[in-house]
Amino acid sequence: MNRVWSWLALGVGLLYFFLPLLGTLEFSLRKRKGEYSLDAYTAVFADPAFRATLGYSVGMALLTIVFGVLLVVPTAYWVRLKLPRLRPWVEFITLLPLVIPAIVIVFGYIRLYNTSSFLPLTGSASGTNLLLMFGYATLALPYMYRAVDTGLRTIDIGTLTEAAQSLGAGWVTILGRIILPNVLVAVLSGAFLTFAIVIGEFTLAALLNRPAFGPYMQLLGANKAYEPAALAVIAFAITWACMGLIQLVTRFSNHTRVNA
Amino acid sequence: MTFLSISHLEKSFGANRVVKDFNLPIEKGEFVSLLGPSGCGKTTVLRIVAGFESPSSGSVTIDGQDVTGLRPNDRNIGMVFQAYALFPNLTVAQNVAFGLKVKGVAKAEAEARVAEMLRLIGLPDLGGRYPYQLSGGQQQRVALARALAVRPRVLLLDEPLSALDAKIRVSLRSEIREIQRELGITTVFVTHDQEEALSMSDRVVVMNGGIAEQVGTPFEVYNRPTTRFVATFVGTLNLFEAEADGQGLRIAGVPVRLPEAVEAARGGRLSVALRPESLHLGGGEVTLPATVEAVEFLGSILRLRLRVAGVLVALDTFNRADAPPPALGRAVEVGFSARDLVVLNG
Ligand SMILES: Nc1ncnc2c1ncn2[C@@H]1O[C@H](COP(=O)(O)OP(=O)(O)OP(=O)(O)O)[C@@H](O)[C@H]1O
Ligand SMILES: [Mg+2]
Repeated sequence: MNRVWSWLALGVGLLYFFLPLLGTLEFSLRKRKGEYSLDAYTAVFADPAFRATLGYSVGMALLTIVFGVLLVVPTAYWVRLKLPRLRPWVEFITLLPLVIPAIVIVFGYIRLYNTSSFLPLTGSASGTNLLLMFGYATLALPYMYRAVDTGLRTIDIGTLTEAAQSLGAGWVTILGRIILPNVLVAVLSGAFLTFAIVIGEFTLAALLNRPAFGPYMQLLGANKAYEPAALAVIAFAITWACMGLIQLVTRFSNHTRVNA
Repeated sequence: MTFLSISHLEKSFGANRVVKDFNLPIEKGEFVSLLGPSGCGKTTVLRIVAGFESPSSGSVTIDGQDVTGLRPNDRNIGMVFQAYALFPNLTVAQNVAFGLKVKGVAKAEAEARVAEMLRLIGLPDLGGRYPYQLSGGQQQRVALARALAVRPRVLLLDEPLSALDAKIRVSLRSEIREIQRELGITTVFVTHDQEEALSMSDRVVVMNGGIAEQVGTPFEVYNRPTTRFVATFVGTLNLFEAEADGQGLRIAGVPVRLPEAVEAARGGRLSVALRPESLHLGGGEVTLPATVEAVEFLGSILRLRLRVAGVLVALDTFNRADAPPPALGRAVEVGFSARDLVVLNG
């Protein structure tokens, strides 16, 4: 009897998730009257703005990931190694972006870094890009930090650090050759989440007026009928590809598992 | 010539004084063990020598150089940890080569050194394996090779064998000692296992409550303990209450004349100790009546539990096929020589 209920619950859950998706997929194929076609997809891929904005967002995502890794890995490592009592506080701070809306962050940025401020980052395109990347890194911080911190928990960083030190290694060597490779799986799952967040992000990019993929989706949605549905399916595909990659990476890097 | 010198070392964590005026000069090539119960400060002393903790006061000198203020990565000291601490993302060969790479040793030379080290620890063919593919004993040998590859001035081992199975533990003891002798490397070995300390070391430091209670060869520490703690902690010991009168002692009313070698006690009540192997069945220089309470068969040795003068004592005798142990409950005589008595004053 219990069985039946579990299956029923699972079925309802799946329907709840997949019905809208199926609806969107079905709708995206109906651009041509009377038959299913990929016309909407062809139109999207042919749009130079699609390629430009997607390219921009992918580039920003990669920059954000690099910045995030350089910021989070040493921080999480240092906190675990030397300041374990501060961990709850650091964790709290890294969770703040989940409760502070992006719009608050971006207005704060614009007020702080406008053209008449002490650091006029919004005055140039590259300055604004930098600001946007910091914003993205902030939004991704909760996921990145948690992922890395969990990864660090699986290895004995204290002893590994001391072993490396006794062999003459300094901090850069320890982080680059021991710590980072051992939490690579965790870092990658954080990276893929960051990627998914950046690709779909709207608020920061729109208010900072950068040509990102999020605002492009919004623009298309306001002006076209079938293409937004196609775009939504594409965005889903990208996200799922990221999730699939996380699984793959996790499976293929079993040598990082310690049997201590 | 003292090679590694630990002088007037003090360490406190908050109000907790963990190491108290610890002094230990070590000769070049010597193998010294720090032996003591859990929490007595062995690891702390070792970590101060390695540079992972800084002492509250006192100094550490290696080969005439004061290293007290030096960072651990500048000390050129090899360390082996209880938890192996191999780098899980690197192969065995890469683990051993790690320190060489950090030091910028040329590739060809580093490879030769790694091969030499793997041969030394008896695992010449396992260079390509990852740590998780090795047994605990193999991992610890690789950790030893990794520490030795950089030709450190001093080798420190913190309970390197205590995570291993009993059998491997015993065989690794002699293996470590052999490698240490071959390289002539000055070594400090931390353990709470007295058998380990006694069987491997040139000298043993018995620690208690942050103090070095006695420093001496295994022979001295075992046979001539200077404090009650050392006597009871190292080896099995039978304690008797005794009364001193002018010339000698009385144990359970039996007079014992003390030879010159055993320090004469001033008078009053005191404790004397005897190792199980110093007692034998049958009469001797001193003879006491006893009853057999239990017999433990330890292979080459029989350990009898006897009640003598109200106290339970252990007596070790060699196992001989033609001499079966006495029956339980039987009244026997035990004898010993007054020379073997240890008078405890601590
Ligand atoms: N980082 C630290 N902070 C506070 N107290 C510490 C610290 N490290 C060690 N201690 C304390 O110092 C004392 C000695 O510790 P130490 O690790 O040197 O003992 P040990 O002789 O190695 O014991 P064991 O055989 O259990 O390893 C213990 O009471 C321990 O609680
Ligand atoms: Mg210890």
